[in-house]
Amino acid sequence: MAPHPHLLANHLVGMLGSALLLSAFANLAMRRLTSLVRIFALQGLLLTASTLAVAILSSETHLLFSALFTFIFKVVLLPTILFRLMNRLHIQGEVESLVNVPSTMVIGLGIVVFSFTLAAPISELASTVSKGLIGVGLASLLLSFLMMITRRKALTQLLGFLGMENALFFSAINATYGMPMVVELGVAFDVLVGTFVFGIFFFQIRETFESLDLKHMDSSSLE
Amino acid sequence: MDVGDPLFRTEFAVDVVDLFLAILTAPLLSGWIGTCRAVLSNRTPAGVFQPFWDLLRLFRKEVILPEHTSFLFRAVPFGVFGILSVSALFIPLLNIRPLLGPVADVVVLIGLFSLVRMLMAFGAMDAGTPFGDLGARREMMVGFLAEPATLMILFTVSLWSGSTSLSRIIQSLLSSSDPVHPSLMFALMAYILVFLAENGRLPIDNPATHLELTMIHEAMILEYSGPLLGMMEWSAHLKLFLYLLIGIDFFFPAGLPAELSPPAVILGIFLLIGKLMAAGTALAIVEILFAKLRIFRVPEFTALAYLLASIGFLIHFVLEV
Repeated sequence: MAPHPHLLANHLVGMLGSALLLSAFANLAMRRLTSLVRIFALQGLLLTASTLAVAILSSETHLLFSALFTFIFKVVLLPTILFRLMNRLHIQGEVESLVNVPSTMVIGLGIVVFSFTLAAPISELASTVSKGLIGVGLASLLLSFLMMITRRKALTQLLGFLGMENALFFSAINATYGMPMVVELGVAFDVLVGTFVFGIFFFQIRETFESLDLKHMDSSSLE
Repeated sequence: MDVGDPLFRTEFAVDVVDLFLAILTAPLLSGWIGTCRAVLSNRTPAGVFQPFWDLLRLFRKEVILPEHTSFLFRAVPFGVFGILSVSALFIPLLNIRPLLGPVADVVVLIGLFSLVRMLMAFGAMDAGTPFGDLGARREMMVGFLAEPATLMILFTVSLWSGSTSLSRIIQSLLSSSDPVHPSLMFALMAYILVFLAENGRLPIDNPATHLELTMIHEAMILEYSGPLLGMMEWSAHLKLFLYLLIGIDFFFPAGLPAELSPPAVILGIFLLIGKLMAAGTALAIVEILFAKLRIFRVPEFTALAYLLASIGFLIHFVLEV
């Protein structure tokens, strides 16, 4: 008894969405910067795969191009830039977190419950094939946000920002089969340019404060 | 069901065979894992039957009891072995509807495993040595941290059948037509972590160590010797086997005989042996690859298991209803 191909693809989309959620949690749990960048690349790969799966399921051809752009930008270009940035800045080692890992996990779990509840009525309105995944996208978005809040270093904040963009893209694909091509391209280039600008900022921040720790930028710590 | 009923008799016979199979296969499984570990780390394996020779050697010795131990110390190995054997009657090995199945659901099973852990801790503390005390405290800590995750995994799995009865869960999983269940994938990942923590395997506890500062399980049975130690060792093998069996029943139930016809049972036996060997090999690989965690990192490990199980639980409602 072979399952219906669409059913299989539907399950595949579900699995990829779950994996994306898992990678958002992995971002919160990881202690090393290089693993964070690797997870970001993996997230890009998952995003590409799930865009492809949705494209095949819904036979929306423009999603194939989205998948291609996602692959080029988020799997190849941005991780390369980030690795180069880390080399240039000589950043290695451990990520400093404001809240310890198990507590972050529990907070993250609360966020997942919250966003699933919030997304439940929205996904009933959507007419896409993978509407159940809107909650997953929202949860990943808020988890990346949590990562930006709980991390102290500039580079981890950038990674949280990129994770948020990934989650937004994922939600858009699953809620409305993606944004118009122009908007998607625009956002992709924005993120790319944003990463460049962040990179330049990192050098400036380090030159001024001799550290990438953002607490130095807080006016209360200047004394 | 009537006692004279032929169906009852077959089921009874199969259950008894299941029980003895579980008790006798458990050391073999440990032997297989040991062999895999030895091969993977370039040592000469001692052979699959080594745990049996070890047990035989222990059972031939005389009983030596430490001074100042009470009857509890002597009773614990029998209690532990007995409770685990009874649990083996609830867990489907070949018969997915064990006769004693309705007596106990998964929650009772987890309770029985906790009882085993508590008894072992009592036995370890009874001798009054610092090592036993230390091991018992650590074991209780790991157990108490892993238990919420275990329950969450079981609830996730039981969402499919709407029942916490083991045989109902397996039947509904066997009859489901979906090829993959995202929620079960999460539950499986969580189960692997819980399995490692509950059985004292490598990232949490090194089963081969006798180093004072790191041992957990070995510290608890340090005062035992001879046949009593043999029973404790055999119980550890049995517990590992039962945990693997639960995992196989829940996450890879394919091939379990739906009815007790000879061809289905024979196929089931071969598939089960294959699955157990594969799981043992995977466990050996995990143990080769990972170093032991610091004891204060254990909460993080179990928090991860709880997180995965809870996500699986939530994902079920979002993706699979």
